[in-house]
Amino acid sequence: MKALTPLLAVLAIIAFVAMAGHAHAGLILLAVFVPYAAFAVFLVGFCYRVARWACVPVPFRIPTTCGQQRSLPWIKPASLDNPSTGWGAFRRMALEVLLFRSLFRNNRARLDDRRLVLGEDRYLWLGALAFHWSLLVILLRHLRLFLQPVPNWLSGMERVDGFFDVATPALYLSDVVILSALVYLTARRVRNPQVRYISLPIDYLGLFLLLGSAASGLLMRFTFRVDVVAIKQFALGLAVFHPIAPRALAPIFLVHLFLVSALAAYFPFSKLMHMGGVFLSPTRNLANNNRRQRHINPWNYPVKTHSYAEWEHEFRDKLIAAKLPIESQDAATITVD
Amino acid sequence: MSDRPLIVAGLTLFVGLVSTPIWHGALNREAAMAALHIKLPAREKQCVAPASYMRTSHMQLLEHWRNEAVRDGQRQFVAFNGKTYDKDPTRTCLTECHTDRKEFCERCHNYAGVSDPNCWNCHNDSHVASEGNS
Ligand code: HEC
Repeated sequence: MKALTPLLAVLAIIAFVAMAGHAHAGLILLAVFVPYAAFAVFLVGFCYRVARWACVPVPFRIPTTCGQQRSLPWIKPASLDNPSTGWGAFRRMALEVLLFRSLFRNNRARLDDRRLVLGEDRYLWLGALAFHWSLLVILLRHLRLFLQPVPNWLSGMERVDGFFDVATPALYLSDVVILSALVYLTARRVRNPQVRYISLPIDYLGLFLLLGSAASGLLMRFTFRVDVVAIKQFALGLAVFHPIAPRALAPIFLVHLFLVSALAAYFPFSKLMHMGGVFLSPTRNLANNNRRQRHINPWNYPVKTHSYAEWEHEFRDKLIAAKLPIESQDAATITVD
Repeated sequence: MSDRPLIVAGLTLFVGLVSTPIWHGALNREAAMAALHIKLPAREKQCVAPASYMRTSHMQLLEHWRNEAVRDGQRQFVAFNGKTYDKDPTRTCLTECHTDRKEFCERCHNYAGVSDPNCWNCHNDSHVASEGNS
């Protein structure tokens, strides 16, 4: 099965880190070198990919649209699905990025008594939305370990996230949501035959790294407790480029750190780059104004042409000699002579 | 029309957001580098559990205490070294040792960005607080 290789890769990472973390050299490598390297690869790789995309010329509007385009005044245009202005394209993009509008159109195909039946399938949209938003909340929440003093809005967000006050330390809503969403998205890939058929190992790797990160984070919070103050000191040391020799970093923390670092370093090489790519999708970010505005091909250059008249003029003697009909006026007079 | 200025602006914003810890750390370097100093009790040398355990898991210990005391009526805690304590954070922890809650619990929780636990909604520690502040 195609999920096996990425699963083994993630498990191997966990085993390796859990063992290497005991040696002092291993600790420096895992706790200091790996996060810095991963962060650098992430930033440089991300910028490189986006810069490459930015260099691809998109001279024409690509109106792959889902609605009526703006035309005659008495025909109602779909200004969100087929925007004719930059502002409309901005709104379409905002809805796409914040609410995954195009996933909302996801269909399910099934054979019903040998007939193809298409139906709505909103679960992918719901799962994706739940996953991405809780990931954002979790990433922001981690800032409490990197910022000193902790800003007020961050504490406020943490309080809202732990609102239900279940368990001690408080169980965060975003943790529950992200874990359920990830389990659903993985199960969907494995259980839905069509999706399983088109899934490649790399489709599973991102999921498993995310699942591993979330699971190790939850284990660290509830099962193998860690010294949060020591971890904050260590994280702040990394942030000011003055890493403090970690006093005692538990293996579970190193596993969590390594999985997240692996995810960050893998990011620019993977389809996870859709984070930056979505903003650059030509079918989403361009207004469909092809019919009201002339878009001139920027690569137009003077083309060297050789018309039939010129050709006839060039070979006139030979054409006459071969008694071939001559079309142009001057040539015609010559034949009459 | 070229969108490159827009892309560069977006990318710059993204890099700025992602590197928040770095510039925030550079702007607040003093605070970021300062170690957290917590005053240790003058009299008592041994906590109800080893310090390393308390550092990581005091909230779980307190929850056990709460559950056992409130639900099972067990109010005595036999520590790892055989000593017995009252399962009562106000009397055992705050009165005996950590007399200033603001300087102990809250200082550390502020540092770690933990929202204040709701212990004090029920536990009245005003007598300790006034002692600690005087
Ligand atoms: C050395 C630092 C430190 C000190 C001192 C400290 N705490 Fe904590 N406490 C923490 C950290 C860190 C957490 C959060 C752990 C986490 O987020 O996983 C925490 C969490 C808690 C929680 C759970 C909060 C929640 O999210 O539900 C309670 C309850 C708690 N502490 C009670 C106390 C009390 C009472 C005191 C004082 C008697 C105290 N702590 C002193 C570091 C400290």
